[in-house]
Amino acid sequence: MNPAWTILTAFAGAILVLLLPSRAALVSRYIALVAASAGALAAGLGCAAKLSGGEPWMWNVSWIPSLGARFHLSANGLSLTLLLLTGIVAVAGVLCSWNVEKRPRAFFAAFLTIIGGSYGVFLSRDALLLFVFYEIVILPKYLLIAIWGSTNREYGAMKLTMYSIGGSALILIGLATAYAASGGKGFDLIELAQGPYVPALQIWAFPILFLGFAVLAGMWPFHTWAPTGHVAAPTAASMLLAGVVMKLGAYGALCVAMPLFPLGFEAWKPWIAGLAVVGILHGALTALVQKDLKFVIGYSSVSHMGFILLGLAAGTHWGIRGAVLQMISHGIIAGLLFGIAGRVVYERTHTRDLGELGEMDLWKSLPAASIAFTLASAASMGLPGFSGFVAEISIIIGVWPVYPWAVVLVAVGIIITGAFSLRALHKGFFGSRRSESIKRDAVVALPPLSRAEIAAIAILTLASLAIGLYPQPWVTLIDDGLRSPLFQSILLKP
Amino acid sequence: MLLSLLLLPLIGAVLLALQRGLAVRSAGRFAMIWAVLTLFVVCGMGGGGLVWSMPWLPESGMDFRFKLDGIAFLFVVLTSLVTVMAVVASFLFGKGDRGYFSLILVLQSALFGVFTARHFVPWFLAWEMTLIPAYFLIRLWGGVNAPRAALRFFIMTLGGSAFMLIGFLALQLATGTMDFDLLGTMARESKIAPAMAEAFGGTGLGGQTLLTGVALAVFLGLAVKIPIVPFHAWLPAAYAEAPTPVTLLLTGLLSKMGVYGLLRVLLPVFPEVLPALAPLFTGLAVVTVLLGAFAALAQTDLKRMLAYSSVNHLGYCVLAMAAIATMQNDRDAIAAALAGMVLQAFNHGVIASTLFLGIGVLEHRSGGLRGLNDFGGLRVRMPVFCGLFGIAVFASLGLPGLSGFVGEFLIFRGVFALTPVAAVISVMGLLLTAVFLLRMLRKVFAGPLVPSCSKCGDLARSERWVFGLAVLFIVIYGLNPGLLLRFANPGILELLDLLSPLP
Repeated sequence: MNPAWTILTAFAGAILVLLLPSRAALVSRYIALVAASAGALAAGLGCAAKLSGGEPWMWNVSWIPSLGARFHLSANGLSLTLLLLTGIVAVAGVLCSWNVEKRPRAFFAAFLTIIGGSYGVFLSRDALLLFVFYEIVILPKYLLIAIWGSTNREYGAMKLTMYSIGGSALILIGLATAYAASGGKGFDLIELAQGPYVPALQIWAFPILFLGFAVLAGMWPFHTWAPTGHVAAPTAASMLLAGVVMKLGAYGALCVAMPLFPLGFEAWKPWIAGLAVVGILHGALTALVQKDLKFVIGYSSVSHMGFILLGLAAGTHWGIRGAVLQMISHGIIAGLLFGIAGRVVYERTHTRDLGELGEMDLWKSLPAASIAFTLASAASMGLPGFSGFVAEISIIIGVWPVYPWAVVLVAVGIIITGAFSLRALHKGFFGSRRSESIKRDAVVALPPLSRAEIAAIAILTLASLAIGLYPQPWVTLIDDGLRSPLFQSILLKP
Repeated sequence: MLLSLLLLPLIGAVLLALQRGLAVRSAGRFAMIWAVLTLFVVCGMGGGGLVWSMPWLPESGMDFRFKLDGIAFLFVVLTSLVTVMAVVASFLFGKGDRGYFSLILVLQSALFGVFTARHFVPWFLAWEMTLIPAYFLIRLWGGVNAPRAALRFFIMTLGGSAFMLIGFLALQLATGTMDFDLLGTMARESKIAPAMAEAFGGTGLGGQTLLTGVALAVFLGLAVKIPIVPFHAWLPAAYAEAPTPVTLLLTGLLSKMGVYGLLRVLLPVFPEVLPALAPLFTGLAVVTVLLGAFAALAQTDLKRMLAYSSVNHLGYCVLAMAAIATMQNDRDAIAAALAGMVLQAFNHGVIASTLFLGIGVLEHRSGGLRGLNDFGGLRVRMPVFCGLFGIAVFASLGLPGLSGFVGEFLIFRGVFALTPVAAVISVMGLLLTAVFLLRMLRKVFAGPLVPSCSKCGDLARSERWVFGLAVLFIVIYGLNPGLLLRFANPGILELLDLLSPLP
């Protein structure tokens, strides 16, 4: 099956949902589920075809002839893995939104639009087209948070949107520079990457373009939109934000900013590595002292995204492969964590305060959720067997020859990650001993998990385990993508 | 075949976890049946060198590779045996429910993995996988201060293993593999240090220095688990707060992961730098032996006392490792020390489990008391228990004819030849062990009957069976240690070849 179906099904689903009559509003979730599953299926089949040696598929037609922009979609292994990630998170996100009753049609339309836009970004081979898809994601993101959000939703939505738009402005400047300097022939990424750009131009243009993408990837110190945005967002939107949207930034940095200005990348990469390490440590330490469960996860995302940037900054094959693996792994794990914290726990207990959750003895009243969160925390800590481990060791192996100092700091970061994951689990789900002695028998009665919730949790947990226990196919696909001419200028030769 | 063995306990755990609304007693019964079944399956496998492997990241030389050779077989048997004892103890003392027994079975699967993995990636996977069930077993079913104790246990172990991971990643970078056997072969040809120097030439450090750092990182991860002083800070609280059957698992099995790591990872992979590190290891081993004994002497809580006694006993294994690490050309002594490590680990597992089972009986009879001074004169009320427990205690202090003796004898046979001074100092530990164990026997069983013990009844029939079998085991293997060594010998010879200088 053609990977472009992913984009088509998502947008078609969005339109179909909007066309529903208001009395059939609840049907929208079924449509969304079908659309998301179809997308995931298309992505999965695309991966399978690629693994069995299928021809790369392309769609390349003229789009804006006066600019030389083309509607150029194509799937290599790297984009296929991210496509599949988007599909998986999308299905889980719909399942976690099964109980949305406030304007469900608009909700699912916005949801599917984000998904469609993300698919588009991963498939575009034309910089302008990629930018357009990238922009399509921003508005529905704002709507999802501002309308369906919770804590401080206007603030969170506005902050996130402002950061995104700021980032987009930088990207636009960077792309325009490249377009003009390369002679205005067109926006095809591979052609654009051939330049030629003088080193002086690369030195100042690279940080602009890179920063534009890195903002969305949550690079420290431009990460502050992420925790507030995640906390304010409704569950499905948190899952999409952390699971997919942040990856758009990292993907853009890898596939646009770095190949376009390789010399600039070369000059700036120690700085990127430095900021990445600060992000890893700062995010983890901040997560260690949060009281709100979603803030813990939000800051853990900042920490995990730091690994991606560090892997990219290394510029080695292991590092970049690890960064892509971490994109996929963190997308799944963050989706899982937000799904449990936001959908399963918050909507039953109406609190995310770790102290208050501790009083409820969740492991007695919601044992299934506690087990699921335990597994998710284990995955987030990077315990072997889960996807995070493969990604993190690949990044460490990749970074070591280039920045040995970073490895030491990253090891500290991994230990702190263990500490804060455990603390959240400890406080939130396994009660405080004090409360247990006071009201030993007073187990709060909470409704058990619904089938949709169990399905969402199972999909994400199994995906993380599958990658952790058998990473081979994913690595094959990513390596295929990294053989593209785009990356040859940035990959360090061993 | 091997895979199904590794997964067998896990399957039991899943089956058990899925049975909603199962009565607590039935859950215990199911777990017992499953654990005994696993023990029989394991014994049926023999030390025949079963292998299972699966590619993980093949082009980088990272594979899942498991092998059940002789040494691994002994540790797997020990795991099954101690698991049976822990499950039976929980059942007899009415401890635990469905989740509890499931976690014990998960732990068993993970331990099987640790003891059979021959490549770092699956080994580390299993190593970390033991943490989660152990954490929850302490945390949820432990005493009042269990949460803190469990957290400290978890964080310290995780910290240690993070260093171990980094160390092995460095090896991967330098040599392109993390396979224990391949690394062992390379190390024998002294190829790892030059590879390290080449890979990390930018740091300006020599290959030996770099490799020493890696060896220390790996040692640290293992040291936390055994534990070796000064990395034992998690131990007293964790052992005391965990429910007694879980303490039995901690000391009987989790500590053996560290010993096994010393034997199967540290020694074969780092012979190039071990002589340089040997004095450090010897020092730590002596301190561990003595401090463990002195600390045990100072305890009034029976569980803590036995916990420190475990530190002391495993200290002998570290002592043996340190003696081997000097890399002298004395094949007989090294062989004795290696065999001693294996036997000491195995026998300590069985004996310590029996002792903790005894503490469980005391706790159960007295309604949760376990202070040294809470008991007295029990000989009158519980003669059978006194006799069986006494045999286990004498085995623990190394009486010839009982299984505890053989391991310690072989270790000292090796250590006296290789590092005589350390051996002489450590012998004092043996003496102290006798002091505190005999004091315990005297206080608990002799003297006037204490009122709190007046209602204690002797062992019930089921308990007699369990204790009787355990003690029978101790006696049989004490009289004929060859029954165990027969399995370990080929593996020990293989290790010996890796550790002797090339002709």
